[in-house]
Amino acid sequence: MFVRGLKRKCFDGEEDIEGTLAGIKAIPSYNLQRQSLLDMSLVKLQLCHMLVEPNLCRSVLIANTVRQIQEEMTQDGTWQMINTQSTGQASLDRLVSTDILCRSSREQAEGKHVPSYGTFSKDFEGDQGQDNSETMSTASSVQAPRTLQSNVWEMENPQENKGNFQKSLDQIFETLENKSPNSVEDLFSEVDNSYYDLDTMLTGMMSNTKMGHCDGLETFSSPTNTASNSNCKSDLNELDHIVEILVES
Amino acid sequence: ADIISTVEFNYSGDLLATGDKGGRVVIFQREQENKSRPLSRGEYNVYSTFQSHEPEFDYLKSLEIEEKINKIRWLPQQNAAHFLLSTNDKTIKLWKISERDKRAEGYNLKDEDGRLRDPVRIKELRVPTLKPMDLMVEASPRRIFANAHTYHINSISVNSDCATYLSADDLRINLWHLEITNRSFNIVDIKPANMEELTEVITAAEFHPQQCNVFVYSSSKGTIRLCDMRSAALCDRHSKFFEEPEDPSSRSFFSEIISSISDVKFSHNGRYMMTRDYLSVKVWDLNMENRPVETYQVHEYLRSKLCSLYENDCIFDKFECCWNGLDSTIMTGSYNNFFRMFDRNTRRDTTLEASRESSKARAILKPRKVCTGGKRKKDEISVDSLDFNKKILHTAWHPTENFIAVAATNNLYLFQDKVN
Repeated sequence: MFVRGLKRKCFDGEEDIEGTLAGIKAIPSYNLQRQSLLDMSLVKLQLCHMLVEPNLCRSVLIANTVRQIQEEMTQDGTWQMINTQSTGQASLDRLVSTDILCRSSREQAEGKHVPSYGTFSKDFEGDQGQDNSETMSTASSVQAPRTLQSNVWEMENPQENKGNFQKSLDQIFETLENKSPNSVEDLFSEVDNSYYDLDTMLTGMMSNTKMGHCDGLETFSSPTNTASNSNCKSDLNELDHIVEILVES
Repeated sequence: ADIISTVEFNYSGDLLATGDKGGRVVIFQREQENKSRPLSRGEYNVYSTFQSHEPEFDYLKSLEIEEKINKIRWLPQQNAAHFLLSTNDKTIKLWKISERDKRAEGYNLKDEDGRLRDPVRIKELRVPTLKPMDLMVEASPRRIFANAHTYHINSISVNSDCATYLSADDLRINLWHLEITNRSFNIVDIKPANMEELTEVITAAEFHPQQCNVFVYSSSKGTIRLCDMRSAALCDRHSKFFEEPEDPSSRSFFSEIISSISDVKFSHNGRYMMTRDYLSVKVWDLNMENRPVETYQVHEYLRSKLCSLYENDCIFDKFECCWNGLDSTIMTGSYNNFFRMFDRNTRRDTTLEASRESSKARAILKPRKVCTGGKRKKDEISVDSLDFNKKILHTAWHPTENFIAVAATNNLYLFQDKVN
């Protein structure tokens, strides 16, 4: 079920996926790496978002890559596969690394089979207690790079996941565009108090940037920020502080 | 010295302009024949240096506008002065570079130092004469073309009519008249009504070298559109559309990114155009839209490293390419300060390195080779040892002679054909 016979050029040193037999073992690996590519792309987009004047060409290319991955994931029915096959370490790793995209849709996904990321979060529904807080803290530690998608605004307005994803891309472009007169405020409103987490998290992640090491993004091991969802709304003082910093720079 | 961001010979090849990240333009001039120093012909010395652009701040968007010079294009010479266009992300400037090597002396009313002469002492009238003085090269901005681009300008191109030029940013192309700064015509606009639908941007644009109504622009999706300005005022609909069908067997998540065209250049004869994408250079016949007539692999060994190159952002590097005067050889840069030349007739290719260690003055450059697998031979360099911070993005070829300029970060190298 895995491949349409396409040869993967994407990943360095990847074993060949000729036979589906070999493929079965490679499947989680391919998915994990595809996921890490997706995560890397989202982080890059977020970086663009943070930069003073983002390079539009680069942003468009990264966004297109993200869309492509999302489409493939949807077509593959990868998320359904994750639901059915839930054994062991491999799936847990996958859960952790893909969590950043699912967090916002957790609330909406109750009982609903939503394509792409939504089904994923159904796994969490059962254990609302301990697991919740664990994944919450993991999620919130990577909240910063996903401020576009993960904010409390999303929780208040349940949407189709595909819509969420599209919306986040839209928001990226809108902000890049800087069209509206309130664009500066928009920029800041999305840079909430987890702004500082971005630095910590990225420092940890980007130190993996070396030739040949393309697998470092599976673990969003994380900063100890405990900002919970309720803090998502920007604190006015924090906002002023951020404004000061950005203006001074 | 700052990072060089553009290199361009003028039409005669006597002048070579470079622009850098700090907004400076440095112009080199070719040494004239000199009997006392027979080898000095061919040397380029600094002719003029000036600050073209300064950093600016856009208060409306709270964004800094970089002073980095993105492109320099010379105008064909029409009188003793030289003119060039230089642009940063937002503003294009027309500069006049003129020489002053004579000074008038012998005025009647004033002394040489400017003091008024005592009229009583003037006994006779004299005609001022021109006396030689030390050469002074002055650069003055003659026109400033501002406020026409919302996005970052990536290309400028002077029309063969020598009266107009185009400037292209990520989403729009404007047509200017060299004399008029307060108006420009928008000739291409690919901005979608809804920015959320944006999937493609303009990456480069150029006027045809002879046909003043024709220009091309390339996109981030690997397509080139040729437009004829006679057909409509707004050239959103192309006259020709060049795209090579994708090879399904090499498709990956990076296919689109590596297909993005970073540079497009017409051949001198106007029959071909060349495009540079991340891994290759392609030559297109303007009469054939469905595929290029020639494809040259610049550094195919990077194809298996695309994931890492994506991670460290090198995959977004924009390499330029250029033709030699006869359109028989094409040149482009690579990593590790390597640059590549492809002879279209013999199909031979060469890899050379621009570095201090390997280029002593007058020494012949040794061809380099990258080892792609298996045993590394002596003198070969393995892919993993390549320095991806040393990239040659900008190169230029003299319009008529075999003289090339290669910009390696903040150093400019000039190479010429072996002289026997």
